[in-house]
Amino acid sequence: MLEIKNLHVTVDGTEILKGIDLSLGSGEMHAIMGPNGSGKSTLSYTIAGRAGYDVTEGEILFKGQNIVDLSPEDRAAEGIFLAFQYPVEIPGVANTTFLKEALNAMRRHRGEDELDAMQFVRMLREKVKELGISDDMLKRAVNAGFSGGEKKRNEILQMSVLEPALAVLDETDSGLDIDALKIVADGVNRLRNPERSMLMITHYQRLLDYIVPDFVHVLAHGRIQRSGGKELAQELEKNGYAEFTKTDAAA
Amino acid sequence: MSATVETVDQITDLADEKYKYGFVTDIESDTLPPGLNEDTIRFISAKKDEPEWMLEWRLKAFRHWLTLEEPDWQKPKFPKIDYQDACYYAAPKNMKDGPQSLDEVDPELLATYEKLGIPLREQEMLAGVAVDAVFDSVSVATTFKAKLEEVGVIFCPISEAVKRCPELVKKYMGSVVPFNDNTYATLNSAVFTDGSFVYIPKGVRCPMELSTYFRINEANTGQFERTLIIADEGSYVSYLEGCTAPMRDENQLHAAVVELIAHDDAEIKYSTVQNWYPGDENGVGGIYNFVTKRAACRGRNSKVSWTQVETGSAITWKYPSCVLLGDNSVGEFYSIAITNNRQMADTGTKMIHIGKNTSSRIISKGISAGKSDQTYRGLVRMAGKANGARNYTQCDSLLIGDTCGAHTVPYIESKNPSAVVEHEATTSTISEDQLFYLRQRGIDEETAVALIVNGFCRDVLQQLPMEFAVEAQKLVGISLEGSVG
Repeated sequence: MLEIKNLHVTVDGTEILKGIDLSLGSGEMHAIMGPNGSGKSTLSYTIAGRAGYDVTEGEILFKGQNIVDLSPEDRAAEGIFLAFQYPVEIPGVANTTFLKEALNAMRRHRGEDELDAMQFVRMLREKVKELGISDDMLKRAVNAGFSGGEKKRNEILQMSVLEPALAVLDETDSGLDIDALKIVADGVNRLRNPERSMLMITHYQRLLDYIVPDFVHVLAHGRIQRSGGKELAQELEKNGYAEFTKTDAAA
Repeated sequence: MSATVETVDQITDLADEKYKYGFVTDIESDTLPPGLNEDTIRFISAKKDEPEWMLEWRLKAFRHWLTLEEPDWQKPKFPKIDYQDACYYAAPKNMKDGPQSLDEVDPELLATYEKLGIPLREQEMLAGVAVDAVFDSVSVATTFKAKLEEVGVIFCPISEAVKRCPELVKKYMGSVVPFNDNTYATLNSAVFTDGSFVYIPKGVRCPMELSTYFRINEANTGQFERTLIIADEGSYVSYLEGCTAPMRDENQLHAAVVELIAHDDAEIKYSTVQNWYPGDENGVGGIYNFVTKRAACRGRNSKVSWTQVETGSAITWKYPSCVLLGDNSVGEFYSIAITNNRQMADTGTKMIHIGKNTSSRIISKGISAGKSDQTYRGLVRMAGKANGARNYTQCDSLLIGDTCGAHTVPYIESKNPSAVVEHEATTSTISEDQLFYLRQRGIDEETAVALIVNGFCRDVLQQLPMEFAVEAQKLVGISLEGSVG
């Protein structure tokens, strides 16, 4: 599904990612953990194609195609979804309008028929029910005045409507209390399926108690320092990141 | 940073193809040679076959105009206008006697309006909208006249009203905007050529939207239309004006006057979608839109709402205002002004509270892009007797790119201690975060900008009559095409 090879990324002239290799198979859930400043968010923005994150070396293969030169909207239409750490407010634009606009833009891109208002509403109602989201949240402007938990749930709703092949979850647990975290994790788990890969980026192990990954990678100093199964997360919880920061400093 | 710069560049690229109303209609025209003196005015008056009192009024205005200096307190500066170089009357040639029905209207003209999206043949028209089409100096067609007359509504060119209902015109014209009000209004009083007249009788709710569509076609010609709307006791009318002009290198002056009068319990909703030619990306050409619009809420419980969507013109300079005389009367001003490239706008409103318990509401949304500059200027005045008067003002500015400007200049004068005045203002930009967020959801940059701007303007767009809201929404997108990002 996703194959990152020797990825080097520069932001404002500073190299942040220094040769990332990562491979996600269909339906796999990978967690990337690492200390602050290790390049976790840079990796997620780079996959999504944000301007200012310059790939200087290496490639990102998505379904076999190198996407490094694609625009963010083209990557989205190809099936890449980023659940933002800080979802952005769009005042005055109703959540429903935004979702419909997004879904139909992608359908157009893929040469599929757009959904009309009726079809869309019917589909949306189903998704909303599955995720336990209130109608009120659909009518309000995108993320405007949403609580931290509502914003993250809104991200999950968008994922559910847009049905991406790859979802990158950037610090989905940040700013959530334990109840909100459980609700969001439950939403993510519902959206797991054998065709959908997920890359979960987090600082803390606690999220992994609720969303159990198949693989865990430790990112520090712009490189994957170690990869393993879910037990690696527990080890990190016990020992912290000190070992990895040291390794790099010594190198 | 880079995405924003890209967007700004795109705006510039698209500027040329953006104005789709820039064509010229090739029609034989009866045009007065350039120049302005008393003979010009006598000529216009004679062309319109006006009664003596109308001519006298014009001449009085003209003589006063000669004594006036142009104001220069406005933010947009422009070279001195040479009034002798412009032409004050232009009419399609075979219009001399005025067409009696649409069958007599030049097919070329009908085609022009069709191209502009304003079909005048009744069977093709927007259901429920009556249109008066003004081409340069004359009204070429008014639709649904008969249907309106059934309920006593008069909707006709003002030149016709002067002859048909002189008492009404005499009584009301100049009663809200006096002939000596300001340079441009005074000039208009002297040389106005056409425009619409509306009278809604007591207790009548006008059965359809009324609309006037203004088109400047001739080169070097100013358009000076005058609109007069009277809503008698307990009546209601919703009126919409739209405007376009061909792309020309010189600046053309559009100095209109609009007067609204609302009697007891009457309501007038006046909407404008102004899309005059804005000039090219270097600021060459475009319309100077210097308009005086004022409403008198004379009656108790009367109400006037101004809604404007201003996307065109090289310079827009106007303050649709309400004089709230009647107790409990209400004035509203909802505005969206979009400037791009080198456009300039100095616009806002005046709410003059005189009656008791009068209230006003001002919602202004300014969007600046390119190298444009925009000023919101508004006055809220609470007179000594305006007990319990209230005003709420909200001015929001949205900046696109870092080469444009937005300014807010509110004037508040209160002589009544019981009056309440609230003012809120914000300035924001379209952030790269917002754009990236929308693009990550598959929405391309241009659509993303249109979405954000439409969201920003939502409160005002909602005020437009249904038939035009969709149109206006699209116009908001088109005006900023490539300009944002």
